Amino acid sequence: MQLHLSPHDGLPIYRQIVTQVKYLVAAGRLVPGQEMPPIRVLAQQLVINPNTVARAYLELEQLGLVTKRHGAGTYVSDGGSPLKRAERYRLLTGRVDALLAEARHLEVDLEELVQLMRQRFKSMQPEEHS
Amino acid sequence: MNLSFESEPRPVISISGVSRRFGAKQALDNVSLEVTGGQVLGLVGANGAGKTTLVKHILGLLKPATGKVRVFGLNPVTEPRGVLWRIGFLSEDRDLPMWMRVEELLRYSSAFYPKWDADYAEALREQFQLERSARLRHLSRGELAKAGLLVALAHRPELLVLDEPSSGLDPLVRREMLEAIVRTVAEEGRTVFFSSHLLDEIERVSDRVAMMDRGRLVLCGPLTEILESHHRLTLRFARPPSQPPAFAGALSVKGQGLEWTVLCNGALSEVSVAAKKLGAEIVAEEGASLDEIFLARVGRSATVEEATEEKK
Repeated sequence: MQLHLSPHDGLPIYRQIVTQVKYLVAAGRLVPGQEMPPIRVLAQQLVINPNTVARAYLELEQLGLVTKRHGAGTYVSDGGSPLKRAERYRLLTGRVDALLAEARHLEVDLEELVQLMRQRFKSMQPEEHS
Repeated sequence: MNLSFESEPRPVISISGVSRRFGAKQALDNVSLEVTGGQVLGLVGANGAGKTTLVKHILGLLKPATGKVRVFGLNPVTEPRGVLWRIGFLSEDRDLPMWMRVEELLRYSSAFYPKWDADYAEALREQFQLERSARLRHLSRGELAKAGLLVALAHRPELLVLDEPSSGLDPLVRREMLEAIVRTVAEEGRTVFFSSHLLDEIERVSDRVAMMDRGRLVLCGPLTEILESHHRLTLRFARPPSQPPAFAGALSVKGQGLEWTVLCNGALSEVSVAAKKLGAEIVAEEGASLDEIFLARVGRSATVEEATEEKK
Protein backbone atom coordinates (compact mmCIF):
# COMPACT_ATOMS: atom_id res chain seq x y z
CA MET A 1 0.00 0.00 0.00
CA GLN A 2 1.54 3.27 -1.09
CA LEU A 3 0.16 6.53 0.26
CA HIS A 4 1.43 9.99 -0.60
CA LEU A 5 0.87 12.89 1.74
CA SER A 6 0.77 16.41 0.50
CA PRO A 7 1.37 19.06 3.16
CA HIS A 8 -0.32 21.91 1.37
CA ASP A 9 -3.70 20.71 0.22
CA GLY A 10 -5.55 21.89 3.31
CA LEU A 11 -6.73 18.41 4.24
CA PRO A 12 -5.67 17.10 7.64
CA ILE A 13 -3.21 14.23 7.25
CA TYR A 14 -5.59 11.64 8.69
CA ARG A 15 -8.21 12.67 6.10
CA GLN A 16 -5.66 12.30 3.33
CA ILE A 17 -5.06 8.73 4.52
CA VAL A 18 -8.79 7.96 4.66
CA THR A 19 -9.38 9.39 1.17
CA GLN A 20 -6.46 7.53 -0.34
CA VAL A 21 -7.40 4.21 1.24
CA LYS A 22 -10.95 4.68 -0.07
CA TYR A 23 -9.50 5.23 -3.50
CA LEU A 24 -7.18 2.19 -3.28
CA VAL A 25 -10.10 -0.01 -2.25
CA ALA A 26 -12.32 1.34 -5.02
CA ALA A 27 -9.51 0.85 -7.54
CA GLY A 28 -8.95 -2.73 -6.39
CA ARG A 29 -5.40 -2.07 -5.26
CA LEU A 30 -6.43 -3.03 -1.75
CA VAL A 31 -8.44 -6.24 -1.81
CA PRO A 32 -10.85 -7.71 0.77
CA GLY A 33 -9.00 -9.68 3.41
CA GLN A 34 -5.70 -7.90 2.80
CA GLU A 35 -3.90 -6.83 5.94
CA MET A 36 -3.31 -3.11 6.46
CA PRO A 37 0.15 -2.10 7.67
CA PRO A 38 0.35 -1.91 11.47
CA ILE A 39 -0.15 1.61 12.85
CA ARG A 40 3.45 2.03 13.98
CA VAL A 41 4.84 0.79 10.70
CA LEU A 42 2.71 3.13 8.60
CA ALA A 43 3.49 6.05 10.95
CA GLN A 44 7.21 5.49 10.46
CA GLN A 45 6.84 4.99 6.72
CA LEU A 46 4.91 8.26 6.31
CA VAL A 47 6.93 10.03 9.04
CA ILE A 48 3.86 11.07 11.01
CA ASN A 49 2.55 10.74 14.54
CA PRO A 50 1.08 7.23 15.13
CA ASN A 51 -2.04 8.78 16.69
CA THR A 52 -2.80 10.26 13.27
CA VAL A 53 -2.70 6.80 11.68
CA ALA A 54 -4.79 5.39 14.55
CA ARG A 55 -7.39 8.08 13.93
CA ALA A 56 -7.49 7.36 10.18
CA TYR A 57 -7.91 3.61 10.84
CA LEU A 58 -10.68 4.33 13.33
CA GLU A 59 -12.55 6.38 10.75
CA LEU A 60 -12.01 3.70 8.07
CA GLU A 61 -13.38 1.15 10.51
CA GLN A 62 -16.45 3.30 11.20
CA LEU A 63 -16.99 3.61 7.44
CA GLY A 64 -16.85 -0.17 7.20
CA LEU A 65 -13.84 -0.22 4.91
CA VAL A 66 -11.58 -2.08 7.30
CA THR A 67 -12.15 -4.45 10.19
CA LYS A 68 -10.03 -4.76 13.28
CA ARG A 69 -9.43 -8.35 14.34
CA HIS A 70 -8.71 -8.35 18.01
CA GLY A 71 -4.99 -8.58 18.59
CA ALA A 72 -4.35 -9.53 15.00
CA GLY A 73 -4.23 -6.31 13.03
CA THR A 74 -6.49 -4.46 10.65
CA TYR A 75 -7.87 -5.96 7.44
CA VAL A 76 -9.68 -4.66 4.40
CA SER A 77 -13.35 -5.60 4.81
CA ASP A 78 -14.95 -8.43 2.86
CA GLY A 79 -17.91 -8.07 0.56
CA GLY A 80 -17.02 -5.92 -2.38
CA SER A 81 -16.97 -2.18 -2.10
CA PRO A 82 -18.32 -1.48 1.36
CA LEU A 83 -19.10 2.11 0.44
CA LYS A 84 -22.80 2.73 0.16
CA ARG A 85 -23.96 4.00 -3.18
CA ALA A 86 -24.80 7.37 -1.61
CA GLU A 87 -21.28 7.64 -0.22
CA ARG A 88 -19.80 6.75 -3.62
CA TYR A 89 -21.94 9.39 -5.28
CA ARG A 90 -20.90 11.91 -2.66
CA LEU A 91 -17.23 11.26 -3.47
CA LEU A 92 -17.86 11.86 -7.16
CA THR A 93 -20.22 14.83 -6.93
CA GLY A 94 -17.51 17.43 -6.33
CA ARG A 95 -15.56 16.26 -9.36
CA VAL A 96 -18.65 16.16 -11.55
CA ASP A 97 -19.54 19.71 -10.48
CA ALA A 98 -16.06 20.95 -11.34
CA LEU A 99 -16.23 19.22 -14.72
CA LEU A 100 -19.65 20.71 -15.50
CA ALA A 101 -18.45 24.20 -14.54
CA GLU A 102 -15.39 23.85 -16.75
CA ALA A 103 -17.52 22.53 -19.62
CA ARG A 104 -19.94 25.44 -19.33
CA HIS A 105 -17.03 27.84 -19.37
CA LEU A 106 -15.68 26.20 -22.53
CA GLU A 107 -19.15 26.19 -24.09
CA VAL A 108 -19.37 22.41 -24.27
CA ASP A 109 -22.97 21.33 -23.67
CA LEU A 110 -24.11 18.35 -21.60
CA GLU A 111 -24.75 16.12 -24.62
CA GLU A 112 -21.23 16.67 -25.96
CA LEU A 113 -19.78 16.11 -22.52
CA VAL A 114 -21.59 12.80 -22.06
CA GLN A 115 -20.44 11.78 -25.54
CA LEU A 116 -16.86 12.67 -24.65
CA MET A 117 -17.07 10.63 -21.45
CA ARG A 118 -18.33 7.59 -23.38
CA GLN A 119 -15.49 8.03 -25.84
CA ARG A 120 -12.89 8.25 -23.07
CA PHE A 121 -14.43 5.27 -21.28
CA LYS A 122 -14.09 3.20 -24.44
CA SER A 123 -10.49 4.23 -24.98
CA MET A 124 -9.67 3.10 -21.44
CA GLN A 125 -10.89 -0.46 -22.02
CA PRO A 126 -7.79 -2.65 -22.19
CA GLU A 127 -8.87 -4.62 -25.29
CA GLU A 128 -9.06 -1.42 -27.31
CA HIS A 129 -5.32 -0.96 -26.91
CA SER A 130 -4.21 -4.35 -28.19
CA MET B 1 -11.94 8.78 22.14
CA ASN B 2 -9.47 6.31 23.53
CA LEU B 3 -6.61 5.64 21.15
CA SER B 4 -4.19 2.92 22.02
CA PHE B 5 -1.21 5.29 22.09
CA GLU B 6 -2.58 7.63 24.69
CA SER B 7 -1.40 6.83 28.13
CA GLU B 8 -3.37 8.08 31.09
CA PRO B 9 -3.32 11.87 31.24
CA ARG B 10 -0.61 12.96 33.65
CA PRO B 11 0.86 16.39 33.08
CA VAL B 12 4.55 16.04 32.27
CA ILE B 13 4.84 19.77 31.68
CA SER B 14 2.54 22.21 33.40
CA ILE B 15 2.93 25.94 32.82
CA SER B 16 0.46 28.33 34.39
CA GLY B 17 0.26 32.08 34.03
CA VAL B 18 3.94 32.58 33.20
CA SER B 19 5.05 36.08 32.24
CA ARG B 20 8.53 37.31 31.56
CA ARG B 21 9.86 40.65 30.45
CA PHE B 22 13.29 41.48 29.00
CA GLY B 23 13.65 45.24 29.30
CA ALA B 24 10.83 46.81 27.34
CA LYS B 25 9.99 43.56 25.59
CA GLN B 26 7.25 41.33 26.94
CA ALA B 27 8.83 37.97 26.07
CA LEU B 28 6.10 35.84 27.67
CA ASP B 29 2.65 37.18 28.46
CA ASN B 30 0.55 35.06 30.81
CA VAL B 31 1.28 31.72 29.12
CA SER B 32 -0.52 28.62 30.35
CA LEU B 33 0.06 25.24 28.78
CA GLU B 34 -0.05 21.59 29.73
CA VAL B 35 1.53 18.57 28.06
CA THR B 36 0.39 15.14 29.23
CA GLY B 37 2.35 11.90 29.06
CA GLY B 38 2.78 10.40 25.60
CA GLN B 39 1.69 13.58 23.86
CA VAL B 40 3.58 15.42 21.15
CA LEU B 41 3.06 19.15 21.45
CA GLY B 42 4.10 21.31 18.51
CA LEU B 43 4.87 24.91 19.37
CA VAL B 44 4.60 27.28 16.42
CA GLY B 45 5.65 30.89 16.27
CA ALA B 46 7.60 33.38 14.22
CA ASN B 47 11.18 34.24 15.17
CA GLY B 48 11.10 36.22 18.39
CA ALA B 49 7.62 35.02 19.37
CA GLY B 50 8.94 33.64 22.67
CA LYS B 51 9.37 29.94 21.87
CA THR B 52 12.95 29.68 23.10
CA THR B 53 12.17 31.72 26.22
CA LEU B 54 9.38 29.26 27.02
CA VAL B 55 11.73 26.31 26.47
CA LYS B 56 14.27 27.87 28.85
CA HIS B 57 11.59 28.03 31.53
CA ILE B 58 10.85 24.32 31.04
CA LEU B 59 14.54 23.50 31.44
CA GLY B 60 14.81 25.70 34.53
CA LEU B 61 17.32 28.03 32.88
CA LEU B 62 15.00 30.95 33.52
CA LYS B 63 12.91 31.55 36.60
CA PRO B 64 9.37 32.73 35.88
CA ALA B 65 8.85 36.35 36.98
CA THR B 66 5.21 35.48 37.60
CA GLY B 67 3.42 32.17 37.27
CA LYS B 68 4.49 28.59 37.81
CA VAL B 69 6.37 25.93 35.85
CA ARG B 70 6.33 22.26 36.81
CA VAL B 71 8.06 19.42 34.95
CA PHE B 72 7.34 15.87 36.20
CA GLY B 73 5.60 17.73 39.03
CA LEU B 74 8.88 19.37 40.10
CA ASN B 75 10.13 22.93 39.95
CA PRO B 76 12.96 22.84 37.38
CA VAL B 77 14.66 25.89 38.91
CA THR B 78 14.97 24.54 42.46
CA GLU B 79 15.19 20.84 41.59
CA PRO B 80 17.22 20.70 38.37
CA ARG B 81 18.68 17.31 39.21
CA GLY B 82 15.23 15.75 39.47
CA VAL B 83 14.30 17.14 36.09
CA LEU B 84 17.24 17.49 33.73
CA TRP B 85 18.43 13.90 33.54
CA ARG B 86 14.94 12.83 32.52
CA ILE B 87 14.90 15.29 29.59
CA GLY B 88 16.53 14.91 26.20
CA PHE B 89 17.19 18.37 24.85
CA LEU B 90 18.23 19.64 21.46
CA SER B 91 18.40 23.31 20.59
CA GLU B 92 18.97 25.24 17.43
CA ASP B 93 22.48 26.19 18.44
CA ARG B 94 23.38 22.65 19.69
CA ASP B 95 26.35 23.71 21.81
CA LEU B 96 28.46 20.56 21.63
CA PRO B 97 32.07 20.27 22.80
CA MET B 98 33.60 20.88 19.39
CA TRP B 99 37.10 19.62 20.24
CA MET B 100 35.84 16.07 20.84
CA ARG B 101 35.61 13.16 18.47
CA VAL B 102 32.22 11.46 17.97
CA GLU B 103 33.22 8.47 20.14
CA GLU B 104 34.41 10.83 22.88
CA LEU B 105 31.13 12.71 22.76
CA LEU B 106 29.27 9.44 23.33
CA ARG B 107 31.48 8.44 26.31
CA TYR B 108 31.27 11.95 27.74
CA SER B 109 27.47 12.06 27.45
CA SER B 110 27.06 8.56 28.88
CA ALA B 111 28.69 9.81 32.11
CA PHE B 112 25.93 12.42 32.48
CA TYR B 113 22.92 10.21 32.14
CA PRO B 114 22.36 7.21 34.42
CA LYS B 115 20.07 5.63 31.84
CA TRP B 116 22.41 6.04 28.84
CA ASP B 117 21.89 3.11 26.45
CA ALA B 118 25.22 2.42 24.73
CA ASP B 119 23.75 -0.05 22.23
CA TYR B 120 21.06 2.40 21.22
CA ALA B 121 23.64 5.18 20.91
CA GLU B 122 25.73 2.98 18.65
CA ALA B 123 22.70 2.07 16.52
CA LEU B 124 21.84 5.76 16.13
CA ARG B 125 25.46 6.59 15.27
CA GLU B 126 25.39 4.03 12.47
CA GLN B 127 21.99 5.14 11.28
CA PHE B 128 23.09 8.78 11.18
CA GLN B 129 26.36 7.74 9.48
CA LEU B 130 28.61 9.53 11.93
CA GLU B 131 32.25 8.34 11.86
CA ARG B 132 33.52 7.29 15.29
CA SER B 133 36.83 9.08 14.88
CA ALA B 134 35.51 12.26 13.27
CA ARG B 135 36.10 15.46 15.20
CA LEU B 136 32.95 17.45 15.86
CA ARG B 137 34.47 20.63 14.49
CA HIS B 138 34.96 18.87 11.16
CA LEU B 139 31.34 17.77 10.90
CA SER B 140 28.86 19.47 8.62
CA ARG B 141 25.91 21.39 10.02
CA GLY B 142 23.60 18.47 9.34
CA GLU B 143 25.96 15.96 10.98
CA LEU B 144 26.26 18.15 14.06
CA ALA B 145 22.48 18.34 14.31
CA LYS B 146 22.30 14.55 14.10
CA ALA B 147 25.03 14.20 16.76
CA GLY B 148 22.98 16.51 18.99
CA LEU B 149 19.82 14.47 18.40
CA LEU B 150 21.75 11.27 19.14
CA VAL B 151 22.79 12.62 22.55
CA ALA B 152 19.22 13.77 23.23
CA LEU B 153 17.75 10.35 22.37
CA ALA B 154 20.33 7.82 23.59
CA HIS B 155 19.45 8.03 27.27
CA ARG B 156 15.83 7.26 26.42
CA PRO B 157 14.51 10.32 28.26
CA GLU B 158 10.90 10.50 29.38
CA LEU B 159 10.58 13.93 27.81
CA LEU B 160 12.15 15.17 24.62
CA VAL B 161 12.46 18.95 24.27
CA LEU B 162 13.38 20.04 20.76
CA ASP B 163 13.80 23.74 20.13
CA GLU B 164 13.89 24.41 16.38
CA PRO B 165 15.87 21.19 15.85
CA SER B 166 15.84 21.39 12.07
CA SER B 167 16.41 25.09 11.65
CA GLY B 168 18.84 25.85 8.82
CA LEU B 169 19.18 22.21 7.75
CA ASP B 170 18.69 20.77 4.29
CA PRO B 171 15.55 18.72 3.53
CA LEU B 172 17.41 15.39 3.62
CA VAL B 173 18.78 15.90 7.12
CA ARG B 174 15.44 17.33 8.27
CA ARG B 175 13.70 14.20 7.05
CA GLU B 176 16.25 11.91 8.73
CA MET B 177 15.80 13.72 12.04
CA LEU B 178 12.02 13.71 11.77
CA GLU B 179 12.11 9.97 11.08
CA ALA B 180 14.17 9.39 14.21
CA ILE B 181 11.77 11.49 16.27
CA VAL B 182 8.69 9.72 14.90
CA ARG B 183 10.34 6.36 15.56
CA THR B 184 10.82 7.14 19.25
CA VAL B 185 7.24 8.38 19.49
CA ALA B 186 5.89 5.29 17.72
CA GLU B 187 7.99 2.75 19.56
CA GLU B 188 8.18 4.21 23.02
CA GLY B 189 5.23 6.58 23.31
CA ARG B 190 7.52 9.39 24.33
CA THR B 191 6.36 12.84 25.43
CA VAL B 192 7.72 15.50 23.11
CA PHE B 193 7.77 19.29 23.24
CA PHE B 194 8.71 20.38 19.75
CA SER B 195 9.12 23.95 18.61
CA SER B 196 9.44 24.86 14.97
CA HIS B 197 8.43 27.44 12.46
CA LEU B 198 8.08 24.72 9.81
CA LEU B 199 4.38 24.03 9.85
CA ASP B 200 4.48 20.87 7.78
CA GLU B 201 6.82 19.30 10.37
CA ILE B 202 4.49 20.38 13.14
CA GLU B 203 1.51 18.89 11.34
CA ARG B 204 3.29 15.59 10.82
CA VAL B 205 4.42 14.94 14.36
CA SER B 206 2.04 16.78 16.69
CA ASP B 207 -1.01 15.65 18.62
CA ARG B 208 -1.55 19.13 19.94
CA VAL B 209 -0.50 22.48 18.56
CA ALA B 210 0.20 25.72 20.38
CA MET B 211 0.67 28.96 18.46
CA MET B 212 2.63 31.86 19.92
CA ASP B 213 2.72 35.46 18.82
CA ARG B 214 4.77 38.09 20.60
CA GLY B 215 4.83 36.30 23.92
CA ARG B 216 1.20 35.28 23.91
CA LEU B 217 -0.37 31.92 23.29
CA VAL B 218 -2.93 32.72 20.57
CA LEU B 219 -4.23 29.19 19.99
CA CYS B 220 -3.77 25.83 21.67
CA GLY B 221 -5.60 22.57 21.06
CA PRO B 222 -5.62 19.16 19.41
CA LEU B 223 -4.27 19.39 15.86
CA THR B 224 -7.29 17.74 14.27
CA GLU B 225 -9.70 20.01 16.11
CA ILE B 226 -7.77 23.08 15.01
CA LEU B 227 -7.76 21.97 11.38
CA GLU B 228 -11.44 21.03 11.37
CA SER B 229 -12.67 24.21 13.04
CA HIS B 230 -11.06 26.54 10.50
CA HIS B 231 -12.53 27.04 7.04
CA ARG B 232 -11.62 28.98 3.96
CA LEU B 233 -14.77 30.41 2.41
CA THR B 234 -14.88 32.19 -0.91
CA LEU B 235 -17.76 34.65 -0.94
CA ARG B 236 -19.33 36.20 -4.00
CA PHE B 237 -21.46 39.32 -3.79
CA ALA B 238 -23.99 40.58 -6.31
CA ARG B 239 -22.35 44.00 -6.14
CA PRO B 240 -19.05 45.06 -4.55
CA PRO B 241 -19.50 45.56 -0.77
CA SER B 242 -18.60 49.02 0.57
CA GLN B 243 -16.19 47.48 3.10
CA PRO B 244 -14.47 44.09 3.46
CA PRO B 245 -16.98 41.52 4.72
CA ALA B 246 -16.69 40.93 8.46
CA PHE B 247 -18.63 38.56 10.71
CA ALA B 248 -18.19 36.61 13.94
CA GLY B 249 -15.48 33.99 13.48
CA ALA B 250 -13.79 35.70 10.50
CA LEU B 251 -10.04 35.88 11.16
CA SER B 252 -8.68 37.26 7.92
CA VAL B 253 -10.30 38.70 4.84
CA LYS B 254 -8.72 39.06 1.44
CA GLY B 255 -10.13 40.08 -1.89
CA GLN B 256 -11.65 42.88 -3.88
CA GLY B 257 -14.70 43.65 -5.96
CA LEU B 258 -17.21 40.81 -6.02
CA GLU B 259 -15.14 37.93 -4.63
CA TRP B 260 -13.57 37.70 -1.18
CA THR B 261 -11.79 34.91 0.65
CA VAL B 262 -12.42 34.68 4.37
CA LEU B 263 -10.53 32.42 6.73
CA CYS B 264 -12.83 31.76 9.63
CA ASN B 265 -13.08 29.77 12.81
CA GLY B 266 -16.18 28.01 14.11
CA ALA B 267 -18.77 25.44 13.13
CA LEU B 268 -19.21 25.49 9.35
CA SER B 269 -23.00 25.79 9.66
CA GLU B 270 -22.69 28.92 11.83
CA VAL B 271 -20.06 30.76 9.78
CA SER B 272 -21.97 29.94 6.59
CA VAL B 273 -25.14 31.49 7.99
CA ALA B 274 -23.18 34.57 9.11
CA ALA B 275 -21.65 34.94 5.65
CA LYS B 276 -25.00 34.57 3.91
CA LYS B 277 -26.51 37.24 6.15
CA LEU B 278 -24.14 39.72 4.53
CA GLY B 279 -25.80 38.92 1.23
CA ALA B 280 -22.96 36.78 -0.05
CA GLU B 281 -23.13 33.49 -1.88
CA ILE B 282 -20.56 30.93 -0.74
CA VAL B 283 -18.93 29.79 -3.97
CA ALA B 284 -16.21 27.64 -2.40
CA GLU B 285 -15.64 26.05 0.98
CA GLU B 286 -12.37 24.37 1.79
CA GLY B 287 -10.35 23.28 4.78
CA ALA B 288 -7.55 25.61 5.84
CA SER B 289 -3.96 24.47 6.13
CA LEU B 290 -2.00 25.00 9.34
CA ASP B 291 0.04 27.61 7.45
CA GLU B 292 -3.05 29.63 6.59
CA ILE B 293 -4.44 29.34 10.11
CA PHE B 294 -1.14 30.52 11.56
CA LEU B 295 -0.94 33.52 9.22
CA ALA B 296 -4.57 34.45 9.91
CA ARG B 297 -4.15 34.14 13.68
CA VAL B 298 -0.90 36.01 13.91
CA GLY B 299 -2.02 38.60 11.36
CA ARG B 300 -5.23 39.26 13.25
CA SER B 301 -3.59 39.90 16.58
CA ALA B 302 -1.25 42.29 14.77
CA THR B 303 -4.16 44.38 13.49
CA VAL B 304 -5.93 44.26 16.86
CA GLU B 305 -2.79 45.51 18.54
CA GLU B 306 -2.22 48.27 15.99
CA ALA B 307 -5.82 49.36 16.42
CA THR B 308 -5.45 49.66 20.21
CA GLU B 309 -2.16 51.47 19.85
CA GLU B 310 -3.74 54.00 17.52
CA LYS B 311 -6.42 54.74 20.10
CA LYS B 312 -3.84 55.64 22.75
